[in-house]
Amino acid sequence: MLTIHNLHAQIDENKILNGISLTVKPGEVHAIMGPNGSGKSTLAKVISGDSHYEVTDGEVTLEGKNILDMDPETRALSGIFLAFQYPVEIPGVNNAEFLRMAYNAKQKFQGKPEADPMQFDAILQSKLELVEMSPDFADRAVNFGFSGGEKKRNEILQMAVLNPKIAILDETDSGLDIDALRIVAEGVNQLRSPDNAIILITHYQRLLNFIQPDFVHVLANGQIVKSGDKSLALELEARGYDWLVSPVNG
Amino acid sequence: MSSEMIEKLTNQEYKFGFQTDIESDVAPKGLSEDIVRLISERKNEPQFMLDFRLKAYRHWLKLTEPKWSKARYPKIDFQNIHYYAAPKTKVKLDSLDQVDPELLKTFEKLGIPLFEQKQLAGVAVDAIFDSVSVATTYKEKLLEAGVVFCPMSEAVEKYPEIVKKYLGSVVPFTDNYYAALNSAVFSDGSFVYIPKNTISPMELSSYFRINTEESGQFERTLIVCEENSYVSYLEGCTAPKFDTNQLHAAVVELVAMDNAEIKYSTVQNWYAGDPKTGKGGIYNFVTKRGKCAGKKSKISWTQIETGSAITWKYPSCLLIGEESVGEFYSVALTNHFQQADTGSKMIHIGPNTVSTIISKGISVGESENTYRGLVQINKSAKNARNFTQCDSMLVGHKSKANTLPYIIVKNASAKLEHEASTSKVSDDQLFYFRQRGIGVEDAMAAIISGFCKSVFDKLPTEFSVEANQLLSLKLENSVG
Repeated sequence: MLTIHNLHAQIDENKILNGISLTVKPGEVHAIMGPNGSGKSTLAKVISGDSHYEVTDGEVTLEGKNILDMDPETRALSGIFLAFQYPVEIPGVNNAEFLRMAYNAKQKFQGKPEADPMQFDAILQSKLELVEMSPDFADRAVNFGFSGGEKKRNEILQMAVLNPKIAILDETDSGLDIDALRIVAEGVNQLRSPDNAIILITHYQRLLNFIQPDFVHVLANGQIVKSGDKSLALELEARGYDWLVSPVNG
Repeated sequence: MSSEMIEKLTNQEYKFGFQTDIESDVAPKGLSEDIVRLISERKNEPQFMLDFRLKAYRHWLKLTEPKWSKARYPKIDFQNIHYYAAPKTKVKLDSLDQVDPELLKTFEKLGIPLFEQKQLAGVAVDAIFDSVSVATTYKEKLLEAGVVFCPMSEAVEKYPEIVKKYLGSVVPFTDNYYAALNSAVFSDGSFVYIPKNTISPMELSSYFRINTEESGQFERTLIVCEENSYVSYLEGCTAPKFDTNQLHAAVVELVAMDNAEIKYSTVQNWYAGDPKTGKGGIYNFVTKRGKCAGKKSKISWTQIETGSAITWKYPSCLLIGEESVGEFYSVALTNHFQQADTGSKMIHIGPNTVSTIISKGISVGESENTYRGLVQINKSAKNARNFTQCDSMLVGHKSKANTLPYIIVKNASAKLEHEASTSKVSDDQLFYFRQRGIGVEDAMAAIISGFCKSVFDKLPTEFSVEANQLLSLKLENSVG
């Protein structure tokens, strides 16, 4: 479904991704782990089209289509979703209205009818239950004044509403207490299906206790240095990253 | 925001920039006592009006142009302006059917179908083209309710006593340079009189249009609300594209007696000048002031300012009556090379008077947006209260926002609150929208509409939709 081949990317002349290749098939969950600065978040941003990063080589395709030429909204409409590590606050824009805009943009893209506020409210209510959020959550401004945990849950709520083909969760577990982590993980598990795929970016093994990955990849210096099944995550927990990370050559 | 986006954002088209080919009766350029006499004569005015104009003109000669605003512009040559321009009409118009079809087409292009939409919506419209009122709808129906809504020139003729009593009573010609100029040469405008115990049965609305190149528009609006009466009034403004600047120096006076309420809304979309060079556009130098003369009277100003090369105005309230209320709600959007220096003055004179100022400034492109306001509590204003909120939003890296609040308190019982904030539409916010499949244009519209919501809510319902669309239009074809 998503194929990354020999991806190189940089920001302000700093090379961050140095030839990443990864194939994600429908129904799979891939965990990407690695030390700070290894390029995990950059990979997420490059796939979703953040213009701060420049792709210098390689390709990324979604269902055979090159997405690197698409603007970010077209990528999103084509089925790529990024749960942000630091969701931005948007004062003045109502959460439910924002979600409806996003939902309708997708409906329109797929040639399906758009939902009016009443119809959308019904859709939203069921999704709110999924992430154990109270209905008044929908009436607040997008992420504005939300706690760290609320922001992360809001990302999962958006994922539930938009039902993407590929969801990239960028450190969605960081800063969450154990209850919030459970809620987020349960939400994600319910959204797993044979038709979509999930890429989990995380520092910690503990998220993987809640969401079982099919594959674990270790990223270091902008390259995948080791891939394995979920036992690799446990090994990393025990041994750290040093044994996998060779010193950067001058 | 990337420079590419700003580039697009600053390349939007002005939809109303056409000129109508209509025969005009234009006075020669320049200002003199003869021109003032000519204007008065053309309008068949009584002696008291001519005297008023001449006194104002002679006073104006003694004044020098004020220079204290933040706006920068080349010196205005007051002798290079037509002070009177009117569509040539052979007979006086008794009904809309007699209006020049070219004119009606113009108003249709402006989205002001005089006959249909507004009438269906139950809004009375006064359309002013260059200096002359060309059509007022619903006059008769309003008169049945006792409400007078007519062109100022007609009011001078039919209601001279009311005009004599109130004209210049809130903004005297000695008030400032542009008020003196307007008093000398004003051509037309709207007149509204709501008698005692009367609620205006519909929204009143005026549309202003400058058509002639190098002409000035100097309209004069007077609204008087007697005891226990209410009116809601909305004005909209557009002008064609010209390379030269045009001066718009209007004066608006409002008078509210005991328990009377006046709601005055403005949607201003004058031509703002060339987006790339800043050449041309309207100088919008306007004096607007309301007098809450009566006990528990209330005046609300709501303004959506999106046009003009330079906007320089401070709709104000003189809170004289006990427990009177003054409100000012403003959205000012500047783009390209536009400059806005706007805000409000709330002068508390009577006891227990209350005022509210909510100002939202949005600066895009290389524009500069200044809030300037005065809250003054006089000694006599016991227990006065004011709440002021000034929020600025910056879009791009070249725009500017200033907030200049002046507060003068002479009575220790006063309670004042002032809140201010400055925010920027960030790349991260726009990326967040885009990652959810929402294009930049819609994202900007949502952010700005959210930012302005508390002001839009104050507009008459149907116009708040218009205002929202206007702001979107201002950003349309511009981003994404």
